[in-house]
Amino acid sequence: MLSIENLSIRFGDTFAVKDLSLQVSAGERVALVGESGSGKSVTALSILKLVGSAQTSGRIMLAGSDILKKSEPELRRLRGRDVAMIFQEPMTALNPLFTIGQQIGESLRLHEGLDRRDAHARGIQLLARTGIPEPERRINSFPHQLSGGQRQRAMIAMALACRPKLLLADEPTTALDVTVRKQIIELLLELQEEEAAARGMAILLITHDLNLVRRFAQRVAVMEKGVLVESAPTEQLFTAPQHPYTKRLLDSEPQRDIEPVPRNAKPVLEVSGLAVDYHKPAVGWRQMFKKNSFRALHDINFELRRGETLGVVGESGSGKSTLASAVLGLQYASEGEIHIDGRALAGLHTSKQKRALYAQMQVVFQDPYGSLSPRMTIEQVIGEGLAMHRPDMDATARRARIVELLQEVGLPGNVLQRYPHEFSGGQRQRIAIARALAVEPEMLVLDEPTSALDVSIQQQVLRLLTRLQKKYNLSYLFITHDLAVMRAMAHRVMVMKDGRVIESGATEDIMSAPSHPYTRALLEASMLS
Amino acid sequence: MDPHSGLTAGAAGIAVATYTASDSISPGRRIWQRFKRNRLGYWSFIIFMVIFIFSLGAELIANDRPLVVRYDGHWYFPIVKDYPETTFGGDFQSNTNYLDPYIVKHLTSGNNFAIVTPNRYHYDTLNYFAKVPNPARPSTTNWLGTDVYGRDIFSRLLYGFRVSVLFGIALTISGTVLGILAGAVQGYFGGRTDLIGQRLVEIWSSLPDLYLLIIFASIFEPTLFLLFILLSLFGWLGLSDYVRGEFLRNRSLDYVRAARTMGLSHWQVIWRHVLPNSLTPLITFLPFRMSAAILALTSLDFLGLGVPPPTPSLGELLYEGKNNLDAWWISISTFTVLVVTLLLLTFMGDALRNALDKKLSDASLSGGGK
Repeated sequence: MLSIENLSIRFGDTFAVKDLSLQVSAGERVALVGESGSGKSVTALSILKLVGSAQTSGRIMLAGSDILKKSEPELRRLRGRDVAMIFQEPMTALNPLFTIGQQIGESLRLHEGLDRRDAHARGIQLLARTGIPEPERRINSFPHQLSGGQRQRAMIAMALACRPKLLLADEPTTALDVTVRKQIIELLLELQEEEAAARGMAILLITHDLNLVRRFAQRVAVMEKGVLVESAPTEQLFTAPQHPYTKRLLDSEPQRDIEPVPRNAKPVLEVSGLAVDYHKPAVGWRQMFKKNSFRALHDINFELRRGETLGVVGESGSGKSTLASAVLGLQYASEGEIHIDGRALAGLHTSKQKRALYAQMQVVFQDPYGSLSPRMTIEQVIGEGLAMHRPDMDATARRARIVELLQEVGLPGNVLQRYPHEFSGGQRQRIAIARALAVEPEMLVLDEPTSALDVSIQQQVLRLLTRLQKKYNLSYLFITHDLAVMRAMAHRVMVMKDGRVIESGATEDIMSAPSHPYTRALLEASMLS
Repeated sequence: MDPHSGLTAGAAGIAVATYTASDSISPGRRIWQRFKRNRLGYWSFIIFMVIFIFSLGAELIANDRPLVVRYDGHWYFPIVKDYPETTFGGDFQSNTNYLDPYIVKHLTSGNNFAIVTPNRYHYDTLNYFAKVPNPARPSTTNWLGTDVYGRDIFSRLLYGFRVSVLFGIALTISGTVLGILAGAVQGYFGGRTDLIGQRLVEIWSSLPDLYLLIIFASIFEPTLFLLFILLSLFGWLGLSDYVRGEFLRNRSLDYVRAARTMGLSHWQVIWRHVLPNSLTPLITFLPFRMSAAILALTSLDFLGLGVPPPTPSLGELLYEGKNNLDAWWISISTFTVLVVTLLLLTFMGDALRNALDKKLSDASLSGGGK
């Protein structure tokens, strides 16, 4: 039904997609897989001819006619009716000023000529179909009143409103929590089977998530740097990949390679009875004079020993990032105590003592683009902590140490005078690790350090972290939502939900025999093979 | 070391090697290069700087004293030193008037000579020896004519431009510094500090500054310094809001949090991390703030609330032009100078804004992708 022939897309002199050919037949589920920058999203957008300022060549045949030759009015009739799209981030893909019902009704009225009342009734049906509870009420909700999963369901309802022949799903689950992710995928599968039987609807799924592909797609096409390197039925691709890039992708599941912690290792970090309250924003002038707070963390107790990795798992809103902030002293703890090396964090008054304690504990954040100041050179970024905590070092010694640190994290020493924008996400994350290591800490707080990275880069960074842990006997407080990463990295795991620790124990025990139902749901949803 | 790290280091080396071709440039230099690419803004900047530098040396261009005098075998430097008229064969102990035909005759007789400035009039020079009634039309002696008192318009414009620009710069600096201070404290600490600070700013900004100026102008002798103080007191308000907004946004970014875990003090974090990344809107505003400051001084002078006479000022010249509409050379030349100055500043500001535009720069940075 859809047939892309020799498609090339060029932005200026750089090819985003080169000579791509791909077929999708009616009722088929095809996945287009690749890392960021592989051109998979551009390919999807070009099917709707939504790529501005690009030179396109080749042919995109949809039901016998070439989309690239169509005029703008013809394309408008096609978009939403024949081809619909689901985007990655439903919060930004839905217009915040209109209700869900208005947005679903818009395409129905445009393409099917329904009047307001019929469109409303169909909207309720569609929402009910996508599993939104109380569709009669929800149809009048604004996007911000729905949860992430519900918003994505509403997006799907919108996309299916005009019974498209082809549904383009661009990373439909990436922005969602794992348990919700599973539900959305199951919903998509169910709807597609139903629609395929009735009308032969096909889905082109664009994703980087291989677990998802395996569960969802019938055929997989792998893209690397704008080139389609391999295309095969799912089982065949997973069992016998042909192209080295595909092999590398499949091989990028994090490998466990950590050493057990010695029995007598002394604790580096002890947290007891920790609680954090957030001030709630005041509504109305009366509230301004009241104490209005929301407890984000309840009674957290744990200890982290030298050379140990404690994994903190949880979905968004579980309080795991708040825990990191509280441990780092960035967030005021309303109750409880934090001891580092046996000394209490709260009891410190002189800045000198504080500085010494801070040096024991460093942090690596999730977003490699936000964690380095864009106006500092790499030398300044890494040297700042050194200048602060090692006043004995002169400029030459400091520079030598910075070069040493860069080599330690796998970067050449000649990048000192460069600025962060010149580095890729993985390289920036290495720089952030070098910055953390500069002050020779005993412990690192890793707040989703690999979540924003491509799978192959993710694996490199994880290997680097494992190697550094062995070499310096570091302790990691490893925060993540990714159970595959957790399984590879952590000695012990702490599962968090709604600000509480619901389960904790050795990684193998939790992974093989979870006792709490939420942990079980989480494990199942993450679709680990 | 595990076998993989060598591999990754190699890969990083290759990736980095591609950058060496185009040498690493700082964000600041990148902005400057983008600014230069905007021809209009760049040339406005050059022209403005040339005029400004000339006006800084106004004493060497328009002065009623010669630069150097050779008289009776001695060297004299009237431009930096006062000499009584008796030095050059005059009759009085008073300061020499070098425009006096009697003195001119003495200075040019025999081996004596005087090196004079291109324009022979200081901004407050009254030409007692003029041959035409004042205000006089433009001529070879008075290039742009004279005002009603017989003072040279060119000279007054040159000095007036200098005073305006210097005043503008001073006001911009004071407003920026105060604005950054107030905005930074509110934005960085947030919470209660922000709440109280905002209310104070609101109260302060509701004070009628023009009335205050009028009142102060009637109580005190108006001077440039007093005007500067009064305008500074209110000039920072608009800017502090922008700084506050930028600080509120930047303080929660990861690199700021990382700097705090490093153990840096609040002031170090503000100075090294938050401030440099909050400067964009400030820099964009600088030329516009300067033209606003120049315009403010001009309007006050025009209304008679500004600098006292005989300080050269564009506003005072406009006022004179208005009162002597038949002496068109006063109003037209002043108007031209004012318009050109403000236009140049606006073009510069525009170019600067484009050079700093976040969207443009981000697009050129990320080089495609998502």
